[in-house]
Amino acid sequence: MGFLDIHNAAKAYGTLEVLHDINISVEQGEFLVLVGPSGCGKSTLLNMIAGLEEITSGEIRIKGTAMNGVHPSKRNIAMVFQSYALYPNMTVGKNITFGLEMHGTPKAEREKAMADVASLLQIEPLLDRKPGALSGGQRQRVAMGRALVRNPDVFLFDEPLSNLDAKLRVDMRTEIKKLHQKLGTTIVYVTHDQIEAMTLSTRIAVMNGGLVQQLGTPQEIYDKPANLFVATFMGSPAMNILPATITVRHGKPMACVSLHDESVVPLQLSQNNLTEWDGKQVILGIRPENITDADGADRNSTNLVNITNTIIVTEPAGSDTFVTTSMGGNDVIARLRSDANVQSGKDFQFVLDMDRVLAFDPENEDLIKP
Amino acid sequence: MSYAKQDTAIRTGRAVRIIIYLVLLLFALFYLLPLYVMLVNSVKPLHEITGGGMMNLPSGFTLEPWVKAWKSAQIGVEPTGLSPYFVNSIKMVVPAVVISTILGALNGYVLTKWQFKYHKIVFGLMLFACFIPFQIVLIPMAKMLGLLGIAGSTSGLALVHIVYGLGFTTLYFRNYYAVFPTELVRAAQIDGAGFFKIFWRILLPSSGPIAVVSIIWQFTNIWNDFLFGASFADANSQPMTVALNNLVQASHGVKEYNVHFAGAILAALPTLLVYVVAGRYFVRGLMAGSVKG
Repeated sequence: MGFLDIHNAAKAYGTLEVLHDINISVEQGEFLVLVGPSGCGKSTLLNMIAGLEEITSGEIRIKGTAMNGVHPSKRNIAMVFQSYALYPNMTVGKNITFGLEMHGTPKAEREKAMADVASLLQIEPLLDRKPGALSGGQRQRVAMGRALVRNPDVFLFDEPLSNLDAKLRVDMRTEIKKLHQKLGTTIVYVTHDQIEAMTLSTRIAVMNGGLVQQLGTPQEIYDKPANLFVATFMGSPAMNILPATITVRHGKPMACVSLHDESVVPLQLSQNNLTEWDGKQVILGIRPENITDADGADRNSTNLVNITNTIIVTEPAGSDTFVTTSMGGNDVIARLRSDANVQSGKDFQFVLDMDRVLAFDPENEDLIKP
Repeated sequence: MSYAKQDTAIRTGRAVRIIIYLVLLLFALFYLLPLYVMLVNSVKPLHEITGGGMMNLPSGFTLEPWVKAWKSAQIGVEPTGLSPYFVNSIKMVVPAVVISTILGALNGYVLTKWQFKYHKIVFGLMLFACFIPFQIVLIPMAKMLGLLGIAGSTSGLALVHIVYGLGFTTLYFRNYYAVFPTELVRAAQIDGAGFFKIFWRILLPSSGPIAVVSIIWQFTNIWNDFLFGASFADANSQPMTVALNNLVQASHGVKEYNVHFAGAILAALPTLLVYVVAGRYFVRGLMAGSVKG
């Protein structure tokens, strides 16, 4: 049993079920990220943990105590909201200590707690200001201060960085990670940004359609996505998806894939159990970083395949150059080194790292496990 | 290029502008005329008015009509002037405005942040209250006041106005709170604040603009009401409007126009004052769409 247990939790609004049988167990000190597209139920789940939404069935336990029906303020949780939800009429100091005041903490203790948090987050000069006079990043800090000061069992973050500009978002991301390492708190963090999920978490729950699609460490999620949804949702640019037919030659499975000029090439697969799919269609998933130029290919790979294909679009991004080509009738993005000599409309020799290619069952879109 | 265009737009506009301002000025003067007549004639001795020349400035300035209107004009049986009725109006207006505004704020709070199953229907019905003509409720209201034992009293009048004003105040506050971020309420819930604490500490302090709208609206309506005052008040609880009417309509003796003018200004003064003090927040409050966190 974990520190925070979500056991068969479900949520329905009338007859509309938005969350089905969620089971997640979070250990103390873990940083769990709930990630998924809008409407996948991740915020609803967070609100259920917070007690802001009722649990239709199932149970949520914190430190072994069932929280069903327990008021949000009695769960010893703290929450950072997307809009920060700072009280506009109170100073920063008041904002931070409001929760303590409501819980009847004596004034001297409140002041001390506030001073500690303010120095931790370096917001001492802001304490007498109103939230309206703060920048986005400062508001973010104050919102975190308000959560930290309560010293709660579980921190809940509801897309806390989505209102910040790109640069500040990256800075605050690092800040949150530092804070987590320093304080060792248990955090449940909701985001739709898969990079945030990858960088911050110790474990990720990828959600879609009210279900947890996969629960695992960032590496597991990235390297062994349970299904096509997880595979395409995590990673930027997204994983390339191409339909292919399997044939077996000399006992080895080959994937027949059409190129830009509609010629079909056989690609030898590293995953031997795909011989069982002889003659059938599968969906291949290849991440952009596994389609490279010859110099950029992974030296440790046991199975590199060269193909010549036409470049449709080039997108130099500074550190890398992303190139769009076509395989299996789909646009496919390759990640080349920035100095690769590419030109749209021209042919180019790509190298595919077949060790990293994943295959999915087209029927149920699940990963075909090696 | 766009600069040049703007420039010519301003230059050709000058003549038009002068005409516009002239017209506006004329209208402003026209609208101010009644106030001028009232002010000028309230500080004249009576013979100057009866002798014609209502538009003239006073040749013998006197505050006598004001003093008389306030202290000793014959209204009803006793020559009390308007002052006791002014007090009646205050006793009616202040609790009615305060209570209807607070209840409206509470209604708005519940209808937006603590929604229940039929909240839309309830709000719709409350809105309906804004459109009920006064006359329809006169008889049932008289019956109710009688049952409650507060007929013919200022508290009875205050109750009538509270009930009547609730539709409007609820409408104002509901629409204002509808765009008030719900996350703030949730944050306060997690912080441990209860229903009234959230209302008192979070919502009310941010409700300044809409509270001003509600107060001005309620104050002017209740202060200026004549029908309810004439229907439900007895001789000792009549509000200012009814007393002014009695003063002007008195059928005995000479018509003291200067006193009437002074009395009319006295009756209008509080609403004017409220506008002067809070008027600039009125439009701001009506326009206020969102609360920035």
